[in-house]
Amino acid sequence: MAFTNEQIERYSRHIILKEVGAKGQKKLLNAKVLIIGAGGLGAPAAMYLAAAGIGTIGIADADEVDLSNLQRQIIHQTKDVGKPKVESARETMEAMNPDVKVITYHEFITSENILDIIKDYDFIIDGTDNFPAKFLINDACVMAKKPFSHAGIIRFQGQLMTYVPDKSPCYRCVFKEPPPKDAVPTCKQAGVIGAMGGVIGSLQAMETVKYILGVGELLTGYLLTYDALKMQFRKVKLPSDTHKCAVCGNNPTITKLIDYEQAECDGVGL
Amino acid sequence: MNITVAGVKKEVRDGITVAQLIIDEKVETPEYVTVTVNDEFLENTQFEETVLSEGDNIEFLYFMGGGQ
Repeated sequence: MAFTNEQIERYSRHIILKEVGAKGQKKLLNAKVLIIGAGGLGAPAAMYLAAAGIGTIGIADADEVDLSNLQRQIIHQTKDVGKPKVESARETMEAMNPDVKVITYHEFITSENILDIIKDYDFIIDGTDNFPAKFLINDACVMAKKPFSHAGIIRFQGQLMTYVPDKSPCYRCVFKEPPPKDAVPTCKQAGVIGAMGGVIGSLQAMETVKYILGVGELLTGYLLTYDALKMQFRKVKLPSDTHKCAVCGNNPTITKLIDYEQAECDGVGL
Repeated sequence: MNITVAGVKKEVRDGITVAQLIIDEKVETPEYVTVTVNDEFLENTQFEETVLSEGDNIEFLYFMGGGQ
């Protein structure tokens, strides 16, 4: 595949980087990334990945755009209120970069459909707003041996970690099971500063690009935490001994996907 | 004695347990926090009985569910 003149110009700031080059840009154009959740995290992640020329971007979300989303979900605009988020996200990405093929999944991810959805992708981004979905994505990625980026945001805080099969602890190594409904505050109850999605979602896009290029050190074996009020990032080392994990350990007790009860941010799911 | 809690060095009384440290540090939703001591996970059933030592490194990892 040869670049067009337009592509050489479009991706010139990538191609000039020694870590990317023409070879790396081709990797990006050939890559397939799935973003689950077209919200606070998924919006900036999707926009940076589309701009970067990720050739195939899948986006899954069952919701429609709500006015209360627009404070942070920058892929959607006021005119999009009421439209399926995946459609609005697709329009924005396609308008940004015609090189990107967008595949939409206007549905909730469940134990029934997730393995089929993730199977064709190279990397998955968890941009969901609820623990049942976060555990489902983790378990499915462990079982299907797919790398993914986990993230969570609330108030002025955010966190993320990267999972690479057989190389790093998974989300369930750190958090064994979802907290009971309403035990831990959600964004809807507690609020979230809009730019937090921008910071953490962009970091998820950064991890995705690094994974595809095969450069640098991924956030595997660490949980990165961000406190915006203190303006402090911390890279917390995770224990490397994960053999006891119920899903990625040596003797997993979770061998089937679980649909936990939903307790989400916006009251309508993903 | 001196320990490190979430990256910050601090002085605590000798013989303090993880359970007491969780109270002193005003950990939010303590029943759902994940604790590591010197880069090892600590089961929450062991918080009461685990006595910290000079130089220990403690991290509290919190559920963060938002994203939309």
